Amino acid sequence: MTNGTFKLRPELPTISVIGWLKANLFSSWGNSILTLVGAMISVWLVWSVLDWAVLRAVFSGSDGSTCRVAGAGACWPFVAHKFQLFMYGRYPGEEIWRVNLTYMLALAGLVPLMLPGVGGKLWLSIYMLVVFPVIAFFLLTGAEWLGLENVATEMWGGLLVTLVVACVGIAASFPIGIILALARRSELPLIRWLAIGFIEFVRGVPLVTVLFFASVMLPLFLPENVTFDKLLRALIGVALFSAAYLAEVVRGGLQAIPRGQFEAADALGLSYPQKMGLIVLPQALKLVIPGIVNSFIALFKDTSLVLIIGVFDLLGIVQQGISSDAKWFSPQTAATGYVFAAFVFWMFCFGMSRYSVWLERRLDTGHKS
Amino acid sequence: MKRPSKRPSPAKVPRSLSGYVYDPKARGLALQAIVALLLVWFVAGIVDNTIRNLEAQGIASGFDFLDNTAGFDISQSLIAYTNTMTYARAFLVGLLNTLLVAVVGIVLATVVGFIVGVARLSGNWLIATLATVYIETLRNIPPLLMLFAVYFGVLKTLPSPRNSVELPFSSYLNTRGLYFPAPIWGEGTWLFVLGLIGGLAGALLVYWKARRQRLLTGRANSALLPAIALVIGIPLVAFFLAGTPLSFDYPEAGRFNLKGGVVVQPEFIALLAGLSLYTAAFIAEIVRSGILAVPKGQREAAAALGLHDGQIMRLVVIPQALRVIIPPLTNQYLNLTKNSSLAVAIGYPDLVSVFAGTVLNQTNQAVEVILITMSVYLVLSLLTSAFMNWFNARVAIVER
Repeated sequence: MTNGTFKLRPELPTISVIGWLKANLFSSWGNSILTLVGAMISVWLVWSVLDWAVLRAVFSGSDGSTCRVAGAGACWPFVAHKFQLFMYGRYPGEEIWRVNLTYMLALAGLVPLMLPGVGGKLWLSIYMLVVFPVIAFFLLTGAEWLGLENVATEMWGGLLVTLVVACVGIAASFPIGIILALARRSELPLIRWLAIGFIEFVRGVPLVTVLFFASVMLPLFLPENVTFDKLLRALIGVALFSAAYLAEVVRGGLQAIPRGQFEAADALGLSYPQKMGLIVLPQALKLVIPGIVNSFIALFKDTSLVLIIGVFDLLGIVQQGISSDAKWFSPQTAATGYVFAAFVFWMFCFGMSRYSVWLERRLDTGHKS
Repeated sequence: MKRPSKRPSPAKVPRSLSGYVYDPKARGLALQAIVALLLVWFVAGIVDNTIRNLEAQGIASGFDFLDNTAGFDISQSLIAYTNTMTYARAFLVGLLNTLLVAVVGIVLATVVGFIVGVARLSGNWLIATLATVYIETLRNIPPLLMLFAVYFGVLKTLPSPRNSVELPFSSYLNTRGLYFPAPIWGEGTWLFVLGLIGGLAGALLVYWKARRQRLLTGRANSALLPAIALVIGIPLVAFFLAGTPLSFDYPEAGRFNLKGGVVVQPEFIALLAGLSLYTAAFIAEIVRSGILAVPKGQREAAAALGLHDGQIMRLVVIPQALRVIIPPLTNQYLNLTKNSSLAVAIGYPDLVSVFAGTVLNQTNQAVEVILITMSVYLVLSLLTSAFMNWFNARVAIVER
């Protein structure tokens, strides 16, 4: 090998179509069979979706009669006619601009907050955490002194409720989760044990039972003649539930902060709130942003459970439209409704998960150890 | 973050009040005392309110209601149950139904999850893409929606019992569920069971001998074929010696419904399919990251030793990947068990549906019923994680 006669040519990259096919699909007998099976599954899948959603689908009609034809596919007019119901529930038609305005205000704050490189994050955070919730509350529920008609929460529904429950749930659970995480790492035994007890208890039981708890036991805990509405009960249940999960996410971040940071803060003579608020939490929270987004996705999917205690989120209201509206009854109504709901949920969750992945790559400073 | 416990005690002089205010120990004690007082006050307030509210609404309290007659039917039960039995019995029926769907679901989700997870890493582009599509679709849809889609969208649109779909082996599928022949074991079954036990024991013996020989001589000889032959052969011979003591109760079309056979209810199928397909998507991702976590050098070393692909996977990659896979896998098993409570939405008689649903409505004893339900899940969670921790400790790397 030293005399230079032994030459190794670099392997040529296979850039041709046939080369790619050969490397990725037909590299061996077994692989070729797998490819054929896979191709059959894919073709069948694409064809049945296309056939059902487009070719045999019904696109017009003012009730279910056009969908009751034998061999009909998806019943799209069902979704078109119920679109407003699915999005806003029974929120009065002339007041829907208030919901849309709330969405706009939320986007105005969220988009610059989520994009790195846009300045004024502090003010944006204050806007999102303090100003926006107050505005949103009055906009959605109504305020007589502003000339906004009151809209009872029983009228809310659909995507509106899904978003409200998920956003309020995560916003309310955030401070509770941080406090729980700090308490779990506290040196004071009583406080630590209380936090561990709460977190492990909530994480050990299903959300359904927590919602049942919030819906039937919470009213018993309150003094007589204090009642509060169903949506608020659901919100309390959801917030307590996700606080326990968020606490574990934050704890992960706290554990990743090197001990030297705590000790340096102590050495500087900072008090506990200063140490945590100025040194530890900013670093820890930055580390767990992807984890927080993931808990938000989980929470977003879990909001569909509120229908069990009679609050109608997107899935609840689609389900109600399918099962209780005889006008639209047809063999494919149910499937169409679920496909629509699944698509909406999927867009939100998939979008957020992509954001989380992107963020993770961005925040990865390359010296993990 | 423990502070050094032995500090030089500076307090030989009597301490002033400010000395206590600035002493972290004293402050810690004071803070805990305040929290304890607040907690007692809070709990006392809740208990007081609850007792008052219960009295005002005339609701009984205590666990005596468990001995009362339930008076409602349950559509699926693993143990004998009639509506004249007690609430406690109904509770047990619900608990067993939850366990049934959880155990079968876990097995199914694990199998599907492993297949999809490995498929996503396949060198075959098409297979990998299909697996990715499966994962990204199912992970981003609420499990409850999956249940509804399977239950209302598919199973409830099946034909009525009169026009059941015929499947192989005299099985039928209709809107009331899946019917298949029930095996009836006749006389002489004991011989077959004995054969089965004998076959298993023989297979173990063969495997053990092969292993011993491999460890002694270094020569590998497969014990797989003889073992399979033993497990299948001996029971088969025993079965025919006993005079084929097996007959089937076939489902037959009755007037309104199919009669006979075993029925798997559509609620169970929907819950099982929804939960296991959903959880499988998460398990697939866990499996994938576990396999990716095994350094490439391990595979290359195994290949250099002359192992073939299957052996590399089975003997080198999977055992190491399991260490990474098991902790998050435990979480998924727990999630599946907890998610089985979604049964209440489609009417599968699980614990929540039977107990926190029907029993709660009949007795109004919310406090007791919810507490019992929650503690059952808590105990299940703790047991599962204890078992998985034990298993995890077994496969963990033993470092010196």
